[in-house]
Amino acid sequence: MSTETTVEPAPVPAKEPQRSGLPSWAIQGLVSLSAIVLALVVGAILIIVTDDQVKTAMGYFGAAPMDTISAAASAVGEAYKALALGAFGSVTAISESLTQATPLICGGLAVSLAFRTGLFNIGAQGQLIAGAILAAYVGFAWHLPAGLHLIVAILAGLLGGALWGGVVGLLKARTGAHEVIVTIMLNYVAIYLLAWLLTTSAFQRPGRTDPISPIVDSNAQYPQFGDTRLHGGFILSVLAAIFVWWLLNRSTIGFELRAVGANADASRTAGMSVGRAYIIAMVVAGALAGLAGTQQVLGTDLPLTDGVAASVGFDAITVALLGRGTPLGTVLAGLLFGALNAGGLQMQLITQTPLTLTTVLQAVIVLFVAAPALVRSIFRFLPKERGSGAVLAKGWNG
Amino acid sequence: MTETTPDAVPAAPAKPNVIEAPADRTRRLRVGGLMLVFALIGLLLAIFTKSGKATFQLVSGDLQNNLLHLPAQAVGLLLGILGVGAAAAYIVRRVPQRYAGWLAALLGICFIGAFLCWASAGKTFPLANQFQGTLNFATPLILGALAGVLSERAGVINIAIEGQFLTGAFTAAVVSSTTGSAAAALIAAAATGVLMAALLAVFSIKYLVNQVVLGVVLVVFATGITGFLFDEFLQPDANKLNTPEVLSAVKIPGLASIPFFGPILFNQTILVYLTYLAVAVVTFVLFQTRWGLRIRAVGEHPKAADTVGINVKRIRYSAVLSAGILAGLGGAFFTVGYAGSFSKEMTAGNGFIALAALIMGRWHPIGATVAALFFGFATQLQSQLQIIQTPIPGELLLMAPYLATIIAVAGLVGRVRAPKADGEPYVTE
Repeated sequence: MSTETTVEPAPVPAKEPQRSGLPSWAIQGLVSLSAIVLALVVGAILIIVTDDQVKTAMGYFGAAPMDTISAAASAVGEAYKALALGAFGSVTAISESLTQATPLICGGLAVSLAFRTGLFNIGAQGQLIAGAILAAYVGFAWHLPAGLHLIVAILAGLLGGALWGGVVGLLKARTGAHEVIVTIMLNYVAIYLLAWLLTTSAFQRPGRTDPISPIVDSNAQYPQFGDTRLHGGFILSVLAAIFVWWLLNRSTIGFELRAVGANADASRTAGMSVGRAYIIAMVVAGALAGLAGTQQVLGTDLPLTDGVAASVGFDAITVALLGRGTPLGTVLAGLLFGALNAGGLQMQLITQTPLTLTTVLQAVIVLFVAAPALVRSIFRFLPKERGSGAVLAKGWNG
Repeated sequence: MTETTPDAVPAAPAKPNVIEAPADRTRRLRVGGLMLVFALIGLLLAIFTKSGKATFQLVSGDLQNNLLHLPAQAVGLLLGILGVGAAAAYIVRRVPQRYAGWLAALLGICFIGAFLCWASAGKTFPLANQFQGTLNFATPLILGALAGVLSERAGVINIAIEGQFLTGAFTAAVVSSTTGSAAAALIAAAATGVLMAALLAVFSIKYLVNQVVLGVVLVVFATGITGFLFDEFLQPDANKLNTPEVLSAVKIPGLASIPFFGPILFNQTILVYLTYLAVAVVTFVLFQTRWGLRIRAVGEHPKAADTVGINVKRIRYSAVLSAGILAGLGGAFFTVGYAGSFSKEMTAGNGFIALAALIMGRWHPIGATVAALFFGFATQLQSQLQIIQTPIPGELLLMAPYLATIIAVAGLVGRVRAPKADGEPYVTE
């Protein structure tokens, strides 16, 4: 409030602070990279303060300070080495990372696509479960020839997710019910629906009392790559990302979705149907999450259990946030989180560092990516982005 | 509104010629239709109610005395007809908006009553337990929803209630285990709630991070950090760090001897009493004090508030941080108020339910409290019905509160209006 600016007749094109020659994707990449580095620092601090040897060395810090430092360094080094080896160290490790990334990419795309339409889809979890339920049912209850069976099962999964997501879009369009609330509620409905179905004779494996379905027919399973757990679902994830890119950037519908996401009122004035955009976005988003469900149940898990979704639907939100709502970004973020999950498991095995550390890492990464101003205040050299801050989610009235 | 002009007073007040806007009409028909569907389901249940008496237990654990025997079908039918009447009245008579809520409440009570008669015909339904459990489940929800009210009225969306619950529950467990002091545990839980709120405040107010995104991230962060600390410390050293003492109930003399509701409401832990207090205080502060007026001002129109000299950011900080106290206490309920020891992700999505209660309650402390009580009631009803064994699978009953929320948000509540500047960072030029 110190200097009251007078109204300029023709505002000079805003002077770019710290103008740099870097394209915006490079700047975004740098910010993301810095965020990852910062997250690893936070993780390192957590490892150090919880490490027993560091604690012992701290006891005589005054006498031999180097002991503490070397203990800390070795604790962090060991843990991160295990993390890296578990993520990239071998063919098995890489395949494991990709397997973990597979549903994260599809789920992330489901959230990203909704983001671009101005919707915050917290419901990937429920949509994924709905897809997994239908895909699994077709997978174990129907018996179709090879090739056809897998396709039908995948389509069933897409349908399940699309229905679960479509309801959200429909309610939003018709009644204005806020999608965040509806998706949160539908997540719970899906969880309890799955729990109930697994107690019915249609779904529960004969002779079992625990919530588990029969194994899906081999005809309905994604083909595996060699002896690894990686399966054909990964290729579908990549194809889905290309499809979403095409949809958003090359199709008329995609243009409408992005227009509605950028400014719903202006789109309405321009003659677009905002409600239709919401419904289309949520149907497609739901189908993408449903695809993630098929990847879980027809590729990774094979029987349907109550843990089929694990936390994929929620991790998908962080993946989409890290990917800034773009298909390419989502794929990269999915790969990163897949690698973190796979590496985290190895880290837990080798250095007994809890897997939950990777959850912290993921949260901190997204936190920093979402706050570029903060990252810049730490890394002064980072140039300011132009036209950044694509609106990812709006407030309740949005 | 049609106001009769003074000179028109002698004219007989014929039919008030209110012209209904088409939007209101569709809304009335949609809401009324929904009410009618529920009323008819209630009536249908009553028709299919087994003959015999439904017994309601009025004192917890007392199976001999204090029982209320009702002819299940007759009462069910009565309630069903009353419900249909309420729905019909809403549809036909164009009830003014302020009475519509009462009609809906009446219908809800009729529906639940008819349902209970149907479920407990020929059986004993522990009614006292039902209300007791309602209060137990609702307490953290109320605190969480109030925290949401306070911060969102100031214009900061708080999706991170779940995260505040988790950290509050964690700290309360650890502090209670190590110090043995309930007061210390509650203060520590409130403090971590404030700490999480501070993250929310700094990132949203200072660094202008999208608040919905931020809330989700903070939940993930809280899940991760409490999970990590649990794995590293609480798990291996559970005896020392994870054996909190559950707060003991304190009977309020006099009030506790009110029949039926007395022991339920006034034989509770300090945390529940704090919750009653919080409802009153938040309502009072928000609507009767200068600070509350300023909170609402910066949440609705920050620029106008700034123009008259209110420091928007400072008010927002103060609102979000005070909200953190409530959310942290809500978290404490999960450990020291109810369950005892901490376990990973033990708040199980209750923070999101609190968020739903906040929205169903239309950002009003009383509304949010009522919505939270409704959630508590439904959750408790599910476990009670499993005990008395109804033909409905438990999983489907567990869905009920969530489906009810969707119906409410889509049908009954319709287009809810959040504080106008909720979620918008305020940037001075």
